[in-house]
Amino acid sequence: MSGVASRLAAATPGGIARELEAPVPGRRRRGIRIRGLGLPIYTALALIFLLIPIAYTFVFSFNDSGKLNIAWQGFTLDKWTNVCSAQGVCEAFANSILVGVVATVLATALGTAIAIALVRYRFRARGAISLLLFLPMATPEVVLGAGLAAQFLSLGVNKGLMTIIIAHTMFCISFVVVTVKARVASLDPALEEAGRDLYGSAVAVFWRITFPLLLPGIAAAALLSFALSFDDFIITNFNSGAVDTFPKFIYIAAARGIPAEANVVASAVFILAIVLVVVAQVTRAARARRTARLQR
Amino acid sequence: MAAGTFAEKGADLELVGITKTFPGFTAIQSLDLFIPAGSFFALLGPSGCGKTTTLRLVAGLEEPTAGRIVIGGQDVTATKSFQRPVNTVFQSYALFPHMTVLENVAFGLRRRSIASPLEKAHEALRLVELDHLAARRPGQLSGGQQQRVALARAVVNRPALLLLDEPLGALDLKLRRQMQLELKDIQSEVGLTFLHVTHDQEEAMTMADTIAVMNKGEIEQMGAPEELYELPRTAFVANFLGQSNLFTGEVSGSTPDALTVAIAGQRLIIPTARAPRRKGTVTVGVRPEKLLLLTSAPAPSSGSNALGPGRVIDVSFSGVSTQYTVAIPGAGDVVVFAQNMVFGPVVHVGAEVWVSWNVEHGFGLEDSVEEAAAGVQDAAAAQSADADTRTGVTSSVRA
Amino acid sequence: MAFSAFASAPAAAEPAVRRRSWVALVLLLPGILYLLLFFITPLVSLVFTSFQQPVIGGDIGQYSAGFKWENYTESVTQYLPLILRAFGYAVLATVLALVISYPLAYFIGVKVRSFPLVQSLLLTLVIAPFFISFLLRTLAWKQIMSDEGPIVVALKALSVFPNDGHITGTPFAVVFGLTYNFIPFMTLPLYATLERLDVRYIEAGNDLYASPFTTFRKITVPLSLPGIVSGTLLTFIPAAGDYINASGDFLGSAQTSMVGNAIESNFLVTQNYPVAAALSIVLMAVILVIVGLYVRRAGTEDLV
Repeated sequence: MSGVASRLAAATPGGIARELEAPVPGRRRRGIRIRGLGLPIYTALALIFLLIPIAYTFVFSFNDSGKLNIAWQGFTLDKWTNVCSAQGVCEAFANSILVGVVATVLATALGTAIAIALVRYRFRARGAISLLLFLPMATPEVVLGAGLAAQFLSLGVNKGLMTIIIAHTMFCISFVVVTVKARVASLDPALEEAGRDLYGSAVAVFWRITFPLLLPGIAAAALLSFALSFDDFIITNFNSGAVDTFPKFIYIAAARGIPAEANVVASAVFILAIVLVVVAQVTRAARARRTARLQR
Repeated sequence: MAAGTFAEKGADLELVGITKTFPGFTAIQSLDLFIPAGSFFALLGPSGCGKTTTLRLVAGLEEPTAGRIVIGGQDVTATKSFQRPVNTVFQSYALFPHMTVLENVAFGLRRRSIASPLEKAHEALRLVELDHLAARRPGQLSGGQQQRVALARAVVNRPALLLLDEPLGALDLKLRRQMQLELKDIQSEVGLTFLHVTHDQEEAMTMADTIAVMNKGEIEQMGAPEELYELPRTAFVANFLGQSNLFTGEVSGSTPDALTVAIAGQRLIIPTARAPRRKGTVTVGVRPEKLLLLTSAPAPSSGSNALGPGRVIDVSFSGVSTQYTVAIPGAGDVVVFAQNMVFGPVVHVGAEVWVSWNVEHGFGLEDSVEEAAAGVQDAAAAQSADADTRTGVTSSVRA
Repeated sequence: MAFSAFASAPAAAEPAVRRRSWVALVLLLPGILYLLLFFITPLVSLVFTSFQQPVIGGDIGQYSAGFKWENYTESVTQYLPLILRAFGYAVLATVLALVISYPLAYFIGVKVRSFPLVQSLLLTLVIAPFFISFLLRTLAWKQIMSDEGPIVVALKALSVFPNDGHITGTPFAVVFGLTYNFIPFMTLPLYATLERLDVRYIEAGNDLYASPFTTFRKITVPLSLPGIVSGTLLTFIPAAGDYINASGDFLGSAQTSMVGNAIESNFLVTQNYPVAAALSIVLMAVILVIVGLYVRRAGTEDLV
């Protein structure tokens, strides 16, 4: 199952970029033109299918609607310019950001330490620890959520921002470990040895060599954590009490109709994320090309 | 070494009774070694012979199970890696990918707070003729360039002792030859003690003043390259360093100057000075290029040994020379390298031939018969393992 | 087991034994304690909760420790259709997602390999849904498929759909939503293995007289099995526990409720904690058994 998650991690933008390095020429097909076209057309249709609800959400962020954003009422930019006018949208969004940032920092720190220990040290409890890290990924979210809620209930803990952060940190740790672990494993131990050989103390070697080299993996893990936390609803729903995160706001509003302002927030986040990813990919591709040229 | 100072010149290295065991096996068994200051010393052996472990012990990357490591008269056994006056050129180069070439070279200087690190780094890069690439990342360099940066990064610290861990292993044959010469030049220029670990016997012979051949965690023989080649003491050395024809027989007579050994019904003469075992069953040998191939029985002569008749069972042409394999009853298969002085082979498969060689070219082994057999096997295993990964090297052995 | 790869680390060329195990302890301890405290303990307290009994004369939601085994028998009896529906829907959605995702992953992972930038941009489109709230995506489908939405209107206009027909609220809509939401989870691991697939194997298959279909069945599919196993697990596990798609406010109705909906409503609405806990334990146990059998059957224990 970890394979699952590491493969998932490998397919994140960082992983994609790694694949840029060694393109293998594809197979040349002889004849049968139609077969050659079928797959690209299918791919295009499948991608369009994936993007339909996103486009819908984006379009309806410009709907000049009242409380209910269901039927098209005409184009307006008001929802974008006055995004906080709908009650609760911005508060929920701010809560999501806060929870996401804190949970990401905690999960990344805890998970990175575990990942380094798992790759670099041999100890007896390895199997048990691996199981402990694997299980949260194999447990349905509804069980994770209900379990934590049952515990908070029996301890008499009041649910709120704190309990949401605790829950999010918990389910993010395993994903951080898997992502960072791949990076630690691919780190040549000779680099750290070279650091020691070149008069670097243990502390100097960690901060000047190990950490900078792990940083891309740690950053990818942090992004993954933030994304998981930001979009989580199921676990949050069990442990949030009266506090609304952005997904929970949508869930509650779904019963009576989502305000277009929610579409604005989601669309803005989407555009920001896509732009960042695409820019990163294009820069990396350009850098890979430059490196290949210099090596020649 | 105190911060901010350079070693004035190379220091000598002494290993006293070094043993290193890992769970399940012993990598090094009570090893004693002395490397004089300023020398270019090569540790040569097949993979798994313990040479890399020895290097890592000297660098402080591993701790010895027993024994002492002394550098320049100072016991450094308990000293941590980053406090030893030793630098390493790693097999994979281990250049820091996130730093520029210049920052890589300046890394050690900065850690020791040596004044004007960047100027010294530039200077070291000029030494390896790469100063124009100082601003690049290691990933943007070719293999040969990376190797030179790794060298500059180590040399710039003026270590008392420079360790080279198969530093040319990742380069192609042609580049390797070129780098061998450059490395040798740089060593004489900077005057440091170089300890070079390699499994490439030709590389060791080209570069080192002294070679120690290692096998199974022990040093088999140590000496100047010519000495090792012309007078191997063990079957392993005789076959790992080049190729040898080995014969086993009883000592049938001796004079103060020479031994007579009975082999395949013939008497072979070995100079006593070249034969460490002088009684009982001994193994003697001769290098293939020292043999002459004759198509008629040679006249008996006190200056030369002869074996035969035998049949040529294989002829293979390799450019400079031709390799003949001759099956001689009682002596086994004998390999002869003959310079190609004429076009085409002098004899063909199936021909009846004799081989002869100058008595001065023969050598006797220290090994007992059993040890010799084991040594031949070890060397063959090492060579074939080598051939799997690096065909270029083994074919160059034969050429 | 499935997690064996999780424990494996690349074999070191030299046997490196680290003695400073206290460093490992310092690195491991905080995270492991955290998981023990907020993952293991909650599971244990879920088990305790599942056996609790109501406080006699107490308020709604007041329970005391006990060993009420009936919580299990009663809730399983009562919610059996929801449990079966959850696994049925999850299996359907997983199979559909696999069928839809495989060609997509194959095209991106194999066909456009020579164009790395195109490859990564296409992959970005696959994961694009991750960047927008999945609740909003699901709601968008609800609007699109609603009775006033373009699809139903068009179908009714073409008279291929009964006038009083709906799409939302039907099992079709729920399975559709599950499939849609988990396609990226299926495509990514498939892509990751197909991307590494050496096309020379396919060429060798064709060279050895296999038809394109046989080559696909005998070579491509077995070689991409690790991706198939990962993708199906990544889809099946969350799909079986999902309660958004089947919710009446989204794509489902009371007739499509899954076990996740029962857990949610019992816990958060009726505060019938023991029943919710018992259902959670049952759900998790069934999933672990199915996953264990599946991984063993797929014969990829060392690959997953």
